[in-house]
Amino acid sequence: MNTLSRASRATLVAATAALVLSACGGSDDDTSSEGTGDGGSSDDMTVTFLPKNLGNPYFDTSSTGGEAAAEEFGGTFEEVGPQEATPDGQVQYINTAAQQGVSALVVSANDPTAIGAALDQARDAGTKVVTFDSDTEPQFRDVFVNQADAEGIARAQVDLIAEQIDGDGQIAILSASANATNQNAWIELMEEELAANHPDIELVETVYGDDDDQMSFDRTAALLQTYPDLEGIVSPTTVGIAAAARYLSDSDFQGEVALTGLGTPNQMREYVQDGTVEAFALWNPEDLGYLAAFTAHALVNGDITGEEGDTFEAGRLGEYTVGADGVVLLGDPFVFDADNIDDFDF
Amino acid sequence: MSTPTHERAASHPHHADQDRLVQPSQLSPARRALATVLHSRELAILLVLALVIAVATVRNPTFLFSGNSWRDLLLTPSMLVVLAVGQAVVIITRNVDLSVGSTLALTAYLTGRLFIDLPGIPIVAVVVAGLLVGGLLGLVNGVLVAVGKVPALVITLGTLYIYRGIVLTWAGSDRINASDLPRSFLSLGTRQVLSIPVLTLVALVVLLSVGYYLQTARGGREMYAIGSDPDAAVLYGLDVRRRVLTAFVLSGALAGLAGVMYAARYGTVSAGAGVGMELEAVAAVVIGGVAIFGGSGTVWGAAIGAVLLVTINRALPILGIPDFWQRAVVGALIIGAIVLDRVLADRRRRTLAEARDES
Repeated sequence: MNTLSRASRATLVAATAALVLSACGGSDDDTSSEGTGDGGSSDDMTVTFLPKNLGNPYFDTSSTGGEAAAEEFGGTFEEVGPQEATPDGQVQYINTAAQQGVSALVVSANDPTAIGAALDQARDAGTKVVTFDSDTEPQFRDVFVNQADAEGIARAQVDLIAEQIDGDGQIAILSASANATNQNAWIELMEEELAANHPDIELVETVYGDDDDQMSFDRTAALLQTYPDLEGIVSPTTVGIAAAARYLSDSDFQGEVALTGLGTPNQMREYVQDGTVEAFALWNPEDLGYLAAFTAHALVNGDITGEEGDTFEAGRLGEYTVGADGVVLLGDPFVFDADNIDDFDF
Repeated sequence: MSTPTHERAASHPHHADQDRLVQPSQLSPARRALATVLHSRELAILLVLALVIAVATVRNPTFLFSGNSWRDLLLTPSMLVVLAVGQAVVIITRNVDLSVGSTLALTAYLTGRLFIDLPGIPIVAVVVAGLLVGGLLGLVNGVLVAVGKVPALVITLGTLYIYRGIVLTWAGSDRINASDLPRSFLSLGTRQVLSIPVLTLVALVVLLSVGYYLQTARGGREMYAIGSDPDAAVLYGLDVRRRVLTAFVLSGALAGLAGVMYAARYGTVSAGAGVGMELEAVAAVVIGGVAIFGGSGTVWGAAIGAVLLVTINRALPILGIPDFWQRAVVGALIIGAIVLDRVLADRRRRTLAEARDES
């Protein structure tokens, strides 16, 4: 018979006591699927996109934008990438691109430093390097195309909730974990924005769902019970907003309590269509890829060098200026609602 | 009823307590049943549960009397009750199953995949698939523990990571979204029959069947015997291996069922679903008065423990306890339950020792 010793039982009890409910959300490893890398080299400018991994709907969308841009400026678009989102997986593709002598490499970095040496080699070989979505250390690339800055993200969410509750009433924030740096920065900016421009909106509480579906769901239920007069919830995390929407969608609060925040169209489609959620924000990955490709184009053409103050035209998106540290900002977050959500699949 | 014993019991309350332990058959059946209920651990936690609900409701009437409150009160603990019932059976046999959270994630993701990959698949088939896959994963645990003779803590800690690894590899960053699931399935997550949610009914059926089996069936009683003294059970000729295997298969199948319930309730399944739920299940069982060393306790207690755990978590924000302290309260509850067990066991031993000295 197999039994636990008293000591190990005691350990288990202690572990249970210490850890129950303290589990944090699971890791978000990325999926991968078959990659395509048709090395079609031509005389004109070649832009190679290297996302974190292939088969990821988010990067599929950004590559769609990149391809559209390349078509507009008459370049050749290529996409390569590892199956798994790992830095060493990206290094071999950077090396290959450098050997092929592509004009520009557009990378979403899996690590800010680990791919630095490979990028340096590519740049020595004359390839321009643009990072997007996830940056490397500034010395390893020419320009970083930033999807959104903290102020823009905070303001977009405050504007959305203010509009949805007519600028008056109690709101709460459903965040990820209490120690998430970006979340806390956004929340702080949202508080400042509320105090400055929306004095009639009262932020009653910030709760933490730990980016766990179940916990975010239960926290939403608790919020609605604790504050019967709650008018709206802002959830600046994709997990949180989907869980809150799921709770609202089959409760009596559907349509009564507004919900907005940062979400992805695939997760939120159901709730936008059934009227639980009016609108939510996120940057548009397609625009991000489009802008990154045009930035690469401008670098290759010599229109910009990555110095602060350089300006260039990015097709339908208009004129952009390179900011400090060689950063180009895409702009304000994109707002998804019932009218446009079906145009997106990520 | 005027036996001398009874008169003595009536005049000396202290001795009545002693009689209940030393010579229970000397009490009338009615008194014995009453004494059992009054001294039961289940009643104690039920009272704590009632107290929590009462205090939360006084503080904020919406806790019990608003649109979704009654439904949520019953619905939210349903999955943990199912997990706790399975866990209680395993712990009663002096084992433990730490893999249930990962099993739940696997079957929850499987549920979503089945609906996506086989459009139009009947819900019943999905539930059966969840039970079967869960049972299979439980069988792996059971075989390793019962046949391989390795401590359950080690084996199920291993399968906790292995099963989670399978989900992470299978699902990756992909997640099941509500729009992937049929509406009829999602509505099961909230539909009510006579104001009782369907998922709660499922949990009740599981609880009643397993509780009845443990209380009355030969197999159930043997599980208590095995947990209370494994060596004696072997010497007595009980089929320990088969009973332990059964306990793990049951726990796995119930975790599989809980996975399907999870998908219906939350509508979103990622690879991280149910992380840490195994510890909640163990906590519910311990709070519910099942001895962590096996051999005593009931699934009724475990189920009430699960409801208490979930309800406290829902009540604490209403009572204005900050997020950060809520986990500490749950921890204190678990330690309190263990300490209470110790105190009660000591008192029982003293009473029995006194009785022996007197005679």
